[in-house]
Amino acid sequence: MIIHKLLTAAPVCGLLAVLACAALPATASADDGPSPAPAPKVELVLDVSGSMRARDIDGESRMSAAKQAFDDVLDSVPQGVQLGIRTLGADYPGNDRKTGCKDTRQLYPIGPLDRTEAKTAVATLQPTGWTPIGPALLAAADDIKGGDGTRRLVLITDGEDTCPPLNPCDVARDIAAKGIHLVIDTLGLIPDSTTRNQLSCIAEATGGTYTTVQHRQQLTTKVKQLVDRSTDTTATPVATQGAASCTQAPLLTAGLYTDRETFSENRYYRVAVKPGQELRASATIADDRAVNPGYGILLRGVTLHGREIVRDDEGGSGRTDAVSAGIRYPKPDADDDTPAETVCLQISNSFSAPPSVKTTPGLPVELAIDLVHAPDQPSDVAFLGLGRGWWLLGLLTVTGAVAGLLTGWAARWRLNSGRNV
Amino acid sequence: MRTPRLLAAALLAGAALTVLGGPASADDPTGSPADSTGATATATPSAGGSDAAPTEAGTNFRTAAVIDQGVQATASASAGDYLYWVFPADTGQNVTVSAAVTFPAGEVRHGASTWQVDVYDGLRRRQACRYGAQTRTAAPDAASVALVCHLRAVRSWAEPWSNDPLRGAYYVRLTVLDLPQTDLGLPVQTSVRATSDGTAGRQAVDGSAAPLVTGSGPSVAPSGGWAGTWWSPRWLWTGGGGLLAVLAALAAHRLARGPVRLRGATRPRERLREQSGYAD
Repeated sequence: MIIHKLLTAAPVCGLLAVLACAALPATASADDGPSPAPAPKVELVLDVSGSMRARDIDGESRMSAAKQAFDDVLDSVPQGVQLGIRTLGADYPGNDRKTGCKDTRQLYPIGPLDRTEAKTAVATLQPTGWTPIGPALLAAADDIKGGDGTRRLVLITDGEDTCPPLNPCDVARDIAAKGIHLVIDTLGLIPDSTTRNQLSCIAEATGGTYTTVQHRQQLTTKVKQLVDRSTDTTATPVATQGAASCTQAPLLTAGLYTDRETFSENRYYRVAVKPGQELRASATIADDRAVNPGYGILLRGVTLHGREIVRDDEGGSGRTDAVSAGIRYPKPDADDDTPAETVCLQISNSFSAPPSVKTTPGLPVELAIDLVHAPDQPSDVAFLGLGRGWWLLGLLTVTGAVAGLLTGWAARWRLNSGRNV
Repeated sequence: MRTPRLLAAALLAGAALTVLGGPASADDPTGSPADSTGATATATPSAGGSDAAPTEAGTNFRTAAVIDQGVQATASASAGDYLYWVFPADTGQNVTVSAAVTFPAGEVRHGASTWQVDVYDGLRRRQACRYGAQTRTAAPDAASVALVCHLRAVRSWAEPWSNDPLRGAYYVRLTVLDLPQTDLGLPVQTSVRATSDGTAGRQAVDGSAAPLVTGSGPSVAPSGGWAGTWWSPRWLWTGGGGLLAVLAALAAHRLARGPVRLRGATRPRERLREQSGYAD
């Protein structure tokens, strides 16, 4: 009877467990519901300098390839993306460098897209003047600021900047350091090595990508891909500034933060961890400029008194975009009135750069902090203290057999001595 | 009369062992994942929702493209890009990440290029590859290069000071490590796929850390949800061991005690005879 009850109860229990398992992720994912995404902004920056006349892209001129690509791209701009177009070198055909280097103009303002109007504007372009990439980037960054969406610049050019001393790579890094989360993707049309270096340097400085374009179709698909990327919804990091010591460090809560840290600098941040919570911190330092091979990051969790709780470090040598480390620190459960512990997070890096490389602004740091509920200690290293393996079975069987033999002999002795079993 | 009973007991014990043999082979890392609670659910792409394979990759940890295990994600990229994907891995899984880079036909490359796939856990800690060609150099005329990384088994709990892989999000980064400067930015096709096998048997540990998924990123979870942590084949091992112990105890007790005497039905003389009879 009891067994029968147990048998009927078992599937019910199993069902309950399944329901509980199914319910858990559902509630967990219900918390982070989609919020209305702000409109992403993209500006296409097109080089209309004289060299765009060269007819070497599938037999057409670079300019006409770019125009056709723009037509296709304008037709397929995703809904909700605000797109603008800026030109450089489109108007001044003369030889005066000073005037030529100011030649950048917003062809189509960033906003809801009127395709016909934008296409007409592009159709009027004629390859004309200089290649003022640096000034164009500065102006484009000015066009695109404001709003909460993602921001992307797509720079299409066929030659290096002709307007020294403003180095477009430094310009890009300064723009990135303003904290407006602007990504610059660069496309080089049949580039020479100087152009390639300059464009990949611009892309690297802002976390963008660099592409060499040799065919018209390739240009179209790449620009489309880059425009589509602007619709990726990601968390926008909050800018913060770490301190040189823990006592002055900013107090952070769970979230995503950015900061800048110069070469071989230490920065501190503080997090309050309540009992029963687990602190999880990941730090990523990107190398947005040429650095020496051999670099590293160290992330430490220390107490207010300087005792190290936990650390993680990561190093490397060779080409990389970022180096990251992560720590977790579970704080044991305690009474409700136990105050939260302040943990200092120390981020240091061992990047170095050749003397020719500017060290300011510092390298971009991304810090992700999570506070989750988690147990600090299991009761036993083994799963619930359970065992596994043939040795365990053998031991249990032998133990059972020995116990059986002993009781059996005892019973036999009682029988032989005339007692009842 | 007695021999058949003993035989039956032996058979029972044998049956118990056979039953246990199942989990024994199943929690071998290379065994079939059929009887695991979470592995089968996570190894297959989700039935509903975003089951289409992504055709784009992210360019950093924040924008990493979310993929399911078993799904072949592709992305067109330029040589020199850093491509990121993220997938969930649950307790007990032995994850294999395989990536391939295909170079378009007819494209002229000026030298060999070295490609690498790196795997990071949810805390962005770099994870070691137990084996597999994580880094490979493609000859200038090679059509493609394939990379593989076999991770350590994912655990449900580890000490905070260790770097052991915990269940949660895993980031895959694919990039070129070294290439001639003239080849920078040339188009390439990439694909990535994460698969897993094994269940939480051998590596089953007590305690369970919450999955390592950051709250300020996309929600990454197996399509069937994270596996519960109450099940382990160790239940079968330990329970089966207890059963064997009971059977062994009963058999040994019978052997040592001798035959059962019916109360009041035998006299001392008969009992003696019966005992001598039992001896053979």
